[in-house]
Amino acid sequence: MPASVGWVWLVVVLPFAGFLANGLISFFWPKAKRAVSAIGVGVLVAAFAVAVSVVNGLSSDLHGAPYVLTYWSWMPVGELEIAVALQVDQLSAVMMMIVTGISALIHIFSVGYMRDDPGYPRYFSYLNLFVFFMLVLVLGANFPVMFVGWEGVGLCSYLLIGFWYLDKSNADAGKKAFIMNRIGDFGFLIAMFLIFQATGSLSFAEVFEGAPSTFTINGGTVTLITLALFLGCTGKSAQIPLFTWLPDAMAGPTPVSALIHAATMVTAGVYLIARANVLFAMAPISSVVVATVGVVTALFAATIALKQWDIKKVLAYSTVSQLGYMFLGVGVGAYAGGIFHLATHAFFKALLFLGSGSVIFALHRAYHHTGSHEDAQDMRNMGGLRQYMPWTATLMWIATLAIAGIPGFSGFFSKDGILAATFARGHDHPVFYFLWILGAAAALLTAFYMTRLMLYTFHGRNRSGKDEAKHLLEAPWVMTAPLLVLALGSIFAGVVNLPHVLPGAGWLEHLFEPVTELSHRYLPEIHLSVTTEWVLIGVATVIAVAGISAAAVTLKPESLKAAREAPEESGLQRVLLRKWYVDEIYDALFVRPTVWISRNVLWRFMDVGVIDGALVNGSAWSARAVGFIGSAVQTGRLAWYLLVFVIGTLVLLRAVM
Amino acid sequence: MTELLTNVGYGSWVLDALLVVPLVGALAVLSRPAHQAKQVALIAAVVEFLISVPLWWAFEIGTATMQFQHAYPWIPGWGIYYVVGVDGISLFMVLLTTFTMPLAVLGSWNYIKDKLRPYYALLLLLTTGMLGVFVALDLFMFYVFWEIMLIPMYFIIGVWGGPRRLYAAIKFFIYTFVGSLLMLVAILAMYYMVGQTTGVYSFAYQHILENIGAVGPWGFWLFGAFALAFAIKVPMFPFHTWLPDAHVEAPTAGSVILAGILLKMGTYGFLRFALPFFPTIALHPTVVTIVVGLAIVGIVYGALVAMVQPDFKKLVAYSSVSHLGFVMLGIWALTIQSVEGAIIIMINHGISTGALFFLAGMLSERRHTREIAAFGGIAKVVPAFACVLTIVSLSSIGLPGTNGFIGEFLVLVGSFGPYPWATAIAATGVIFAAAYLLWALQRIIYNKFDKPENENLPDLSGRELLVLAPLLACILWIGLYPKPFLDRIEASAEELITTVQEQEVSLAAAHGSEEQVP
Repeated sequence: MPASVGWVWLVVVLPFAGFLANGLISFFWPKAKRAVSAIGVGVLVAAFAVAVSVVNGLSSDLHGAPYVLTYWSWMPVGELEIAVALQVDQLSAVMMMIVTGISALIHIFSVGYMRDDPGYPRYFSYLNLFVFFMLVLVLGANFPVMFVGWEGVGLCSYLLIGFWYLDKSNADAGKKAFIMNRIGDFGFLIAMFLIFQATGSLSFAEVFEGAPSTFTINGGTVTLITLALFLGCTGKSAQIPLFTWLPDAMAGPTPVSALIHAATMVTAGVYLIARANVLFAMAPISSVVVATVGVVTALFAATIALKQWDIKKVLAYSTVSQLGYMFLGVGVGAYAGGIFHLATHAFFKALLFLGSGSVIFALHRAYHHTGSHEDAQDMRNMGGLRQYMPWTATLMWIATLAIAGIPGFSGFFSKDGILAATFARGHDHPVFYFLWILGAAAALLTAFYMTRLMLYTFHGRNRSGKDEAKHLLEAPWVMTAPLLVLALGSIFAGVVNLPHVLPGAGWLEHLFEPVTELSHRYLPEIHLSVTTEWVLIGVATVIAVAGISAAAVTLKPESLKAAREAPEESGLQRVLLRKWYVDEIYDALFVRPTVWISRNVLWRFMDVGVIDGALVNGSAWSARAVGFIGSAVQTGRLAWYLLVFVIGTLVLLRAVM
Repeated sequence: MTELLTNVGYGSWVLDALLVVPLVGALAVLSRPAHQAKQVALIAAVVEFLISVPLWWAFEIGTATMQFQHAYPWIPGWGIYYVVGVDGISLFMVLLTTFTMPLAVLGSWNYIKDKLRPYYALLLLLTTGMLGVFVALDLFMFYVFWEIMLIPMYFIIGVWGGPRRLYAAIKFFIYTFVGSLLMLVAILAMYYMVGQTTGVYSFAYQHILENIGAVGPWGFWLFGAFALAFAIKVPMFPFHTWLPDAHVEAPTAGSVILAGILLKMGTYGFLRFALPFFPTIALHPTVVTIVVGLAIVGIVYGALVAMVQPDFKKLVAYSSVSHLGFVMLGIWALTIQSVEGAIIIMINHGISTGALFFLAGMLSERRHTREIAAFGGIAKVVPAFACVLTIVSLSSIGLPGTNGFIGEFLVLVGSFGPYPWATAIAATGVIFAAAYLLWALQRIIYNKFDKPENENLPDLSGRELLVLAPLLACILWIGLYPKPFLDRIEASAEELITTVQEQEVSLAAAHGSEEQVP
């Protein structure tokens, strides 16, 4: 094992140390912001540096991977042997780089964004803790250790969504996120139980290597395991039916939305499937379910994004939609393709969120100056911001072109890769052609709603208000510099996995071959002719250009009214704005009935009425009626107790004599 | 360490000392003036704890035999002996008890304002009673201690409790007493039957266990009597309604001890007596259906009812019904993971629910109300309290990395083999647990800060931190490194499983009973 790989524990421990230090500061020296910034950012930069050296070491000896580093025995019970262990291989290394790299940038951004917040130390301690758990998630060498990270990031998400906890809606959003994630985690748990029953182990190496001999292709067990795992994914990665928490999660500070609810945590489900690729490859039915749920979510969320006014809500639904693409990718067996889109998305979506953060920051500051209480996140209150914040506008346009899929930008390659892989599977079964059409339609909507966001925010005339406009300023450099780095990634990250028709193609796919090796046996070879591939690239380009142009032509930012003057939506517009009423439906179907039944049937009727009232106290009453217990409250019963005790002793005595 | 312990003969006197020190402490409390009562009680409880600590090292890992065992004749003519010993099952119950008592004394420090001497004396008497239950290896002695512990608890609730204390205390007493009376009858019956068959009349645990075949067809009724006594104590649905009343009315320390230790006597009873004595009946398909069924009903029902409680202490009380359901499932699944997990949950529940009751007590000491609705947004004024409450709640809902996860995970992973469907339903408990605790958490420490009465709430005091810190340490210790605990439990858990399975086979063969085990 290369020496530097042995240092991987330090990558994990550094953010944890940051959490402890900042947590202590938040209690004892809440004003020590400089120290907090230095520690909070410092540990992440250091972790990134160590991660780079680990990856360096790994690349010097790739054949030895996966390297499993065992630290201590965690739950050794009978044949169950769970160790606290980390696994360094191609997949976890890529994830580790994304997580530490993007986190470091977003921590830097936060120094500017959160500088006036009284909860500054608490914020950084939570953010550090999040990175710690996220690294445990991607580096864990077995399912339970991964689950520690899996639920741990959920905890941090909960804490950060509800960061401004005095507002009930924020606390509600945090709680909703946690509980919906727990529904998914139930699936993860069931999957672990099934895996342990089938294989007697929960460590990745043993389970996956043993899978071909343990499971039968398309067998009931492996199908059930993968479906249960996927239930976990729908919770963590906000897919149908458990997606409704993510838009609400925008209640948290914007850098949190960028880091947790776009770039890293929500992609954990995609990582999980890529990690367990052999199981999914052996369960074609589950894989089709994954792909279908993914692409339907992609399309469904994109329709909602079309009509949102809140800039963060647009990006939230866009994230749900893009995650759907990733699931489409891993569902059709393009595991490297799914991770590739995960990586490019991490760049451009983090950029979009942080950019929106700069916009909100600017608007917020302007409204603060004038004492106005307008909504700083409503795009109807923006407009024409290009002239005030040229850097932010330019950088966000780069990300928009990337997510829309304009050739040359990273998002184009990753999205095209997934769609091409879907199309190729059409050879096996025509249903994949249908999925491809849905995916292409979602791509069209993506280009449209993103252009809409950019037009309404940065173009046309300014609608913030006359006095406010004077205070609109570009964000400070500590916030813009991270955006620059992310923009570079949004443009160039595509080179790591170019399409097959280009030179130097498929580097990431090759890199991941050892990880996905076993699943190749069960997946059909994907072969697209050069012509087909060029045609698909052409179609993708046309879709992106069409989406952008359609938005540019049909939308009139000039005629948009500020939020306070805007008319109510009606018809389909309203349905989309209200997100197809999914929240209301869930509330009426699940939440309220559960609470009502628990309160009125289980508690008041069953517990208080039947069990305690009729049975327990009822029997006491009837006993009292026959004068058994007697009416004296206290002494009577004690006497009775003693009496029985004596009788018992007498019985005993008699028998002995 | 071990050598030193051997030199002082630690093993030969430790259990006796643990039973005697609290009694001496109680006498000391009574003989000193009232204003010194709590100090004396604290000293006694701490001494008790310090005496018990070396058990951790003195306890030999890898053997299931009773350790530190010794016997004195008590009423030898009737076959009654004072026999004490611990194995991997009772070790942690003993340690949990000695660990909880100093905290209980500290937690009562300001809460108990009058009749101090009897209060602290009863608390110490209770300690002896509880420890006696866990170390007794003679059924008569076990029964005596089982009853001894009932009386101080009755008075603690009835005298120092809340407004409805008398109702709650009597309900607690009668409920438990009905069960234990039946158990007494069963113990006596076993004593006679085994005596008649073997010619040796003895209450010794080992003697009765080895000759349990003597009870013949009466086994069903005997099991029923034990099971009812223990099921009430656990408490299993539908015998649980004494619990919310007792918890709510009891003073803080009473709730902590009730939840932390007394409830474990029920599950301990199943592990020590009901299961090894009557394996054929306990594992009879009908009985299994009932027990496992009630366990999962308890898990889900307890969680749902907890969710809608307006009173924080009641919420925690119902959550106990849910947690103990996991323990029962784990015991009945009878795999090594599930049994060890069940014992871990027994420990965890003492720690986490104990901590929750302490926290609930700290709230009601400040505001004289337990209503969740009386709070809101108080994280702003009491950040340390909010932080501790969050950590403890997360442990209670089984977040990985805390103790709660280890227990629940082991129980579920072990129960899934024998009872996949029941386990799947039980696993939904993790969702409901998150729902009820996070909702309560939100209404207490988050949301709008709109009650002016909460403006001047003092944050945790040094004494309160001293109570909570050891509990927090255990939450993380068991969560991250449970191996030392599992190591000490393993041999006894394995022994229990093989005993039950072997007994079942041999008894089934002997009686030609209809459920032949292959």
